[in-house]
Amino acid sequence: MASSSDNEEVRVLGKWASPFSNRIDLALKLKGVPYKYSEEDLANKSLDLLKYNPVHKKVPVLVHNGNSIAESLVILEYIDEVWNNNNNHAFLPQDPYHRALARFWCKTLDDKILPAIWNACWSDEKGREKAVEEALEALKILQDELKDKKFFGGETIGLVDIAANFIGYWVSILQEIAGLELLTIEKFPKLYEWSQEYINHPVIKEGLPPRDELFAFFKASAKK
Amino acid sequence: MAKSEVKLLGAWPSPFVLRARIALNIKSVDYEFLEETFQPKSQLLLQSNPVYKKIPVLIHENKPICESLIIVQYVDDVWSSGGPSILPADPYDRAIARFWATYVDDKLFPAMKSIAGAKGEEERKRLIKEVEEGLALLEDAFNKITSKGNNKLFFGGDQIGYLDIAFGSLLGWLRVTEITTGVKLFDQVNTPGLANWAERFCAHAAVKDVMPHTHKLLEFAKTLMTKLAPI
Repeated sequence: MASSSDNEEVRVLGKWASPFSNRIDLALKLKGVPYKYSEEDLANKSLDLLKYNPVHKKVPVLVHNGNSIAESLVILEYIDEVWNNNNNHAFLPQDPYHRALARFWCKTLDDKILPAIWNACWSDEKGREKAVEEALEALKILQDELKDKKFFGGETIGLVDIAANFIGYWVSILQEIAGLELLTIEKFPKLYEWSQEYINHPVIKEGLPPRDELFAFFKASAKK
Repeated sequence: MAKSEVKLLGAWPSPFVLRARIALNIKSVDYEFLEETFQPKSQLLLQSNPVYKKIPVLIHENKPICESLIIVQYVDDVWSSGGPSILPADPYDRAIARFWATYVDDKLFPAMKSIAGAKGEEERKRLIKEVEEGLALLEDAFNKITSKGNNKLFFGGDQIGYLDIAFGSLLGWLRVTEITTGVKLFDQVNTPGLANWAERFCAHAAVKDVMPHTHKLLEFAKTLMTKLAPI
């Protein structure tokens, strides 16, 4: 079979507004890997999506050399392992204990922290107080993990920083729409500072979706 | 390595704890097993896993590592020369193993666990179907993965690997589920690949001495149900 052009060697099926999908954009941009992006309409799933992620039929999906990989955290580790020569900085450290910690925080972001914040931002009057309390607790444990580091990865962006794109960027938009104060400089000065470093990082900045469009997208969802 | 340098905090019925034990066995690591008492949770548990307060926790050189699959990868990293590799060598094979391990944790295990507490026959049937569908997907994955190489014994090839551990650790509880529901989940007709794999897995040297016996798990499940059942 004739091989595809170099541009098609790496494909991403994603959704521009999804932080999970965005993680893959950020990772590939950090590694300097060119790729072809296809925007998926989840209400009208493409044949490719059904072919490449038959189990979940969700984005993001990475296709590399004809092989498909789903689940954003799985994809991130794959990207780190494949594009690992000296010029591409590593997302995961070498030391086994710190690797374990990074994986733990990525999992905690997805299992505990993101859901808590998401729930708070979409909560109704009745559940609001408790949801906000849980969200603030979640942000606290994350800030405690950051300690005095510039990034979760130390001096450079690491796996946890990529996975925390929702915290660094999406939260500020969602809390504004919800009329909540979750991640603020007063409440979480270190984490807030991290978020500013993050969104101003030269590569991350280019990889995040435009703020006004993201705001409009979620505002429209809030109205429903 | 001194035995006291490696401690595993866990409980015998837990499939997640079992994962850590199998990994440590594969690498021939000497460790001290600390049975968590719960009610109340021990100081050690609360201190070493403040975020989730759950077992297993591996404590190595006084540093805690939490989350069973993360522990398995840690063991693979640290004691790399102690035994065969747990994660596959190829990044794509690793991604596939991780994908299915995530599936087991996010979909299969929760569905299986919910069957006992299902409200009504309809929900019970729906959950059983979900588990059956999950096993069918894993049967398919097993066939795909083992057809690639020459060694068709395990997901990991000729030795048990990451996905074998992630999924195999649930076998005891899957068997309990078969008994309590009266539904055969694994058999030679629907899941021949997995049925044979399950036997080989449970007989494996790193597994057989630490896998809890089904009848003990069943007794344990009954005790739990009695405690939770309304008076």
